[in-house]
Amino acid sequence: MTQLASNFVGARAPAKPDLDLLERSLRRPRTLFSFCSSVLCAMLALLAAVPLFSVLLMLIWRGAARLGPALFTQLPPAAGMPGGGIGNAIVGTVLVVALGSALSIPIGLLVGIYLAEVNPDGRLASIVRFCAKLLTGLPSILAGVFAYSTVVLLTGRFSPLAGGVALGILMLPIITLTTEEALRSVDSEMRDAAIGMGATQSEVVVDILLPTALPGVLTGILLALARGAGETAPLLFTMTFSDYWLSRHVMEPTASLAVLIFNFSKSPFDNQKQFAWAASLVLVVIVLIFTVGGQILSRRAAKLSGAIHS
Amino acid sequence: MIESTPDSERIARAPTPRELRADRAFKWATRICATLSGVLVALIVILITRQAMPAILKYGPHFVVSKKWDAGKGQFGILPEIFGTLVSSAMGVGAAGVFGVATAVFLTEEFIPRWLENALQSVITLLAAIPSVVYGLWGIFVVIPALRPPCNWLHSHFGWFPLFSTPLLSVGLLPASLVLMIMILPTVTAISRDAIAAVDPLLREAAFGMGATRWETILGVTLPASRRGIYGSLVLGLGRAMGETMALAMLVGSANVISPSLFSPADTLAALLANKFPEAASPLDLGALMYAALVLSALTLLVNVAGELVMRQRVTRGAAVSTMEPTK
Repeated sequence: MTQLASNFVGARAPAKPDLDLLERSLRRPRTLFSFCSSVLCAMLALLAAVPLFSVLLMLIWRGAARLGPALFTQLPPAAGMPGGGIGNAIVGTVLVVALGSALSIPIGLLVGIYLAEVNPDGRLASIVRFCAKLLTGLPSILAGVFAYSTVVLLTGRFSPLAGGVALGILMLPIITLTTEEALRSVDSEMRDAAIGMGATQSEVVVDILLPTALPGVLTGILLALARGAGETAPLLFTMTFSDYWLSRHVMEPTASLAVLIFNFSKSPFDNQKQFAWAASLVLVVIVLIFTVGGQILSRRAAKLSGAIHS
Repeated sequence: MIESTPDSERIARAPTPRELRADRAFKWATRICATLSGVLVALIVILITRQAMPAILKYGPHFVVSKKWDAGKGQFGILPEIFGTLVSSAMGVGAAGVFGVATAVFLTEEFIPRWLENALQSVITLLAAIPSVVYGLWGIFVVIPALRPPCNWLHSHFGWFPLFSTPLLSVGLLPASLVLMIMILPTVTAISRDAIAAVDPLLREAAFGMGATRWETILGVTLPASRRGIYGSLVLGLGRAMGETMALAMLVGSANVISPSLFSPADTLAALLANKFPEAASPLDLGALMYAALVLSALTLLVNVAGELVMRQRVTRGAAVSTMEPTK
């Protein structure tokens, strides 16, 4: 091989190395093009980061004006009235997200277990996986339409339950797919060892795989919570809005942060606009806590599985 | 020889009949839930179709090509909404494609130190975490005021040009598309970043070895090799853009018009649903909205299935490439 190569080089006329070719000067069109592309690319990438900072700055600047105990304990102001708070909307958001989680977390976990462990290569599994991916792309408003045509029409009223069903549909595929991935990333030696000790498959899943994959599973749940808390569209006609506290009779129209922002954003009154920003600040803080928590957990999960594999 | 002690008995033993029964029940539970979640998509489509039936029977295909939406007179048509949905998502995806792929390249091709890459990556991920309705609010109070002077300057100087033929009063197609772009940017960036990072480093090194500059490598080797993933990211971004509701309901203006102008108010299917659903009174009203929802779900399902298929093809191709690698 080396013989051949040296023959090949030797066959040429003794070339004088053209050192100019090694020069990296901007006067050379190729280098200039490369440099300009790099600058353009960096500018585009940095521009893409601007909106986040703009949104956060606006939230802090406009939203913080209203921060105070009253924000959490009082009802939204009527048109043109001073003062007020967004207490009922916070309660409503917490309630509807809790209902959505109660529906989607158990089912999502079971489906994820089915996809990863029970029958991963079956026909049903591939159909379910495909449907879960389609559901992640489902426009949120269609989840609302679905909840409307089932729960609202069946019970005859707008309620947090209908909102919870809509949010549950949106949260379900996130939990399913992350659970599957987290379970799959568990080292198969642990699985084999447990089966060798005489554990049944369900015992393996519950006692070995789920605890090991917990960070990954929790990441999925947190991401789903973040998605659910931020959704507005499906709540518009499943839960609508209310100016009052949730009564003991829970099946009734209920306020939520997201719908409050939507309603007040169109308001001509400064006081209500300020509350739209304050509610946005609260909502973004809630969502960011879930998202950042999920990211930290998933980084820990990656580190953990890396440590096991090495 | 290993002696069987009571202790080892307790650690390793065959499952009891009760455990086996529990195991079977557990597996059935997972199977039932899996089936349920599988039929959910079909159930959504069927239920919406059933609700839309009165409107489908009354208006038929005319609904999709008619321009009027007048609940009082019982006239319904969604051509302007379909137009607005397609135009705003196309503009959003076009812009997100430019920014997203540039960002993905910037994040993968070692332009900046690792920690800066991670920081920028987190910023882009967090963009996806901001709720849609907050983007809508931000669009109303930040984007529209910022866009108005340049847009109206364009209108007053180049008003003869169809794209600039109306002034930007407040809400309109351009601010809506811009916010839409920001909302799908994380999707496009994340998927194309993965695709670019998955390109075999040997290809890249070979290009460098032949004396290609960094950008000749990126444009000639890396991007073509990852193009399926990038197409996939754009198609999935398109699906997301078409279904995006709140920011558009707040920014697009819900005007039932088809105008060539970028600054004119318009409407999209999802925004139509969000704005009209709460006030739908008669069953026919509701049927018309359900019909619109059905059209929207057909459009997004089509795009999302296409996106999944493109991505799947990429995986099989990737597998083919890796099996072609020489084995030592």
